[in-house]
Amino acid sequence: MPTSKSEPSGGRRGRCYDLAVIGAGPAGLAAADAAAGLGLRVALVDAGSRPGGQYYRHPAPELGAARPEKLHHGWAAFARLRARLAARPLVDHLPGHHVWAAEAGVPGDEERPWRLHATRGPGAGDRATVLARAVLLATGAHERHLPFPGWTLPGVVTAGGAQAVLKSSLALPGRRIVVAGSGPLLLAAASSLVSAGAEVPAIVEATSYLGYARGLPVLAGNPGKLAEGAAHGARLLRHGVRLRRSSAVVEAHGTDRVTAVTVARLDARWKPVPGSERRIACDALAIGHGLVPQIELATELGAATVTGPDGAVALAVDAEQRTSVPGLWAAGETCGVGGADLALAEGVLAAHAVAGRPAPARERAVRRRRRAFAALMAAAHAPGPDWTGWVTDDTDVCRCEEVPAGEVRAAVAELGAGDARTVKLLTRAGMGWCQGRMCGPAVACLSGGGAGRPDGRPLSCPVPLAQLADPGPESGPA
Amino acid sequence: MLKRTPYDVVVVGAGVVGAACAYYAARSGLKVAVVDRGPVAGGTTGAGEGNLLVSDKEPGPELDLALLSTRLWRELAEEFGARVEYEPKGGLVVATRPAGTDLLHGLAAQQRAVGVEALPVAADELRTLEPHLAEGLPGGYLYPQDAQVQPALAAAHLLRASGADRYLGEAVTGLLRGPGGSVTGVVTGRRELAAPAVVNAAGTWGGELAALAGVRLPVLPRRGFVLVTEPLPRIVRHKVYAADYVADVASGSADLQSSAVVEGTPAGPVLIGASRERVGFDRTLDPGVLHRLAAQAAALFPVLRTVQVQRAYRGFRPYLPDHLPAIGPDARVPGLHHACGHEGAGIGLAPATGLLVSRRLLGEEPELDLAPFRPERFEGAERLEDAEGES
Repeated sequence: MPTSKSEPSGGRRGRCYDLAVIGAGPAGLAAADAAAGLGLRVALVDAGSRPGGQYYRHPAPELGAARPEKLHHGWAAFARLRARLAARPLVDHLPGHHVWAAEAGVPGDEERPWRLHATRGPGAGDRATVLARAVLLATGAHERHLPFPGWTLPGVVTAGGAQAVLKSSLALPGRRIVVAGSGPLLLAAASSLVSAGAEVPAIVEATSYLGYARGLPVLAGNPGKLAEGAAHGARLLRHGVRLRRSSAVVEAHGTDRVTAVTVARLDARWKPVPGSERRIACDALAIGHGLVPQIELATELGAATVTGPDGAVALAVDAEQRTSVPGLWAAGETCGVGGADLALAEGVLAAHAVAGRPAPARERAVRRRRRAFAALMAAAHAPGPDWTGWVTDDTDVCRCEEVPAGEVRAAVAELGAGDARTVKLLTRAGMGWCQGRMCGPAVACLSGGGAGRPDGRPLSCPVPLAQLADPGPESGPA
Repeated sequence: MLKRTPYDVVVVGAGVVGAACAYYAARSGLKVAVVDRGPVAGGTTGAGEGNLLVSDKEPGPELDLALLSTRLWRELAEEFGARVEYEPKGGLVVATRPAGTDLLHGLAAQQRAVGVEALPVAADELRTLEPHLAEGLPGGYLYPQDAQVQPALAAAHLLRASGADRYLGEAVTGLLRGPGGSVTGVVTGRRELAAPAVVNAAGTWGGELAALAGVRLPVLPRRGFVLVTEPLPRIVRHKVYAADYVADVASGSADLQSSAVVEGTPAGPVLIGASRERVGFDRTLDPGVLHRLAAQAAALFPVLRTVQVQRAYRGFRPYLPDHLPAIGPDARVPGLHHACGHEGAGIGLAPATGLLVSRRLLGEEPELDLAPFRPERFEGAERLEDAEGES
């Protein structure tokens, strides 16, 4: 897998990759590997500097981590995949490429391939356009944030962010870390944190976990997931970590930094039970409410979506991982959050479909089992409708533009906003640097409109103006 | 719930034009309902830049409307002020070629004759007004009446101040009809709203609403993209655009027309706007359009080459074949009034439109002759439309 860091060879009109895979996490890596194995010429286009995505995030070699695999479940699978890809000359790895727009091609028309427009850095020349006959979107997911008073204090990090920093720079966000939110990531994060030497006084999980009881057959079909949970559980038990179910952090305290949190019990609708509050001292809070598929590149093209049991919007795909846009495939979290094993399987399935080969039975079986588990998990950890009750009017909902919840509520009640887009227009919530990735789900809930149709986004990430002004070279395989 | 409510007028459309109609009608003492299939400012208004321009208009009915609106926006600014981010910042039109200055002199002379303030700016004065403007531009004109509002806030605050009952998220599916085919209200998925008058302020959807009344109003969409930079310190003080823009607005061509209108906003980002294409309601991004906008903005303000474009958005401007809006009662259908087809000038022209519509609702003499805006003026004009419509 040649890694291209230099200016890509340009000007090869008419020559293009058979497949461009966007994202080098589990789904993208598996797809690139399988597609090359089937003889396709593949561009693996990734925003990161090293393959692996968020899931297989690992320390830079310069850090000299002795055993990066210690922080990873599934490291062996990644190592195998990476080694296989490295030996595949048909795959060009294009790291550091942030794709800002995917211009749809016309299937079967060699003159009109897909064009992926990417930025590679701040300079005017750091622009790249990748040509391909088909595109696989494997851009993964980002974290769902549900705001609460004090969530912007230093020391409050996301559960995923805490894991990412640990995996990439071997650093901890604090010494005494409360882990809170909802979802299986909490156990994984807490387990990593205690392994790395942190004290975790409590894991605060908003659901009761009773949701899983309704899916016993699904659980029986996913023994690996149970074993994974049991391993985390056993490690946490050894370290005396307490799991508080049906509870939430409803406020973080501190002036310069978080020094304590208030935890309250929740009813079934996630409404805090009055009088149940108790304070836990800590110097960091890792909070996570699951993941939301990152699908802007596809929704901008009008791709059909489905809304999951947790309210998250994902791409609708058929049995061959095809989206509703001709020539665009999707795999992994973009089709609904379901974990690395599912992503690996879907990447392989998508590669076969693109190559016109029959789907392998093993991956089909994995997908069936894991999709069922993902649906169960999404339903079990769906935010309760009354979570907004703990968001006081002066709590900033949008951190980038510093828009408090009270302003969002006024836009709805007084100015006639009925959805997240109008709230954004009237309050600027979601107009800042992160473009609503952080506050989007919260604003949607506060505006009462639900997730709704995703807002079109002609640019999926910021682009230096000079790169828009000067069209760059187009690149296909060398 | 099929309950008849005694309104004097039902306005269809909660964009800025519908909101202005509601505002002036309510101020005249009428009982108003506003209905929209989406939220407030959910259509073209929410995708607009908020240009209140006289500078880009040649003398004629649209400029008359714009001059009336300029006065009305000043009054409205007293009432709403900072809440709608009104900024009387003025427009600066620059020539990009020496020949362009002659064009600007000619246009400014005509505009001044009808009451537009236009001050010539010599080449060496340009950078006093706009310190970051490119060097070597041959000259331009300053238009102090040009101003800016934040369109969604303008629509929302006008609508709230009107006190009108809002029925948002309800699409109009039919019209109530009275004796002689008159329109006597609207039907939504949830209710009937009866009123002796219905105002069509449905923007790009205005043609469909007219069709519900059995009449033709050939409103067509004209697509536009706007680029939004990261928040910046105030480096652009006026609305600045190249002289080519004036020609583009009047163009009947289906090709891409773009010349960058560059301006700062109170929140910090610089807006770069005004691509114009006739591609129906096609939402597909054409990177070539973004390229032209960015290149022209960078040609006017080279410093912009060093900034990030944070996002882009698109909208569809509702236009009629002769590029004038439809304003006033429809002679073909008693009870039906129109206030749509403002193309890219709806934010600017909204107050005048609202005021004129309310005059006619009350049977009063309007401030302007509405003849050029007659909604039925396209009757028997199919051939003209074929020649000028989408290709």
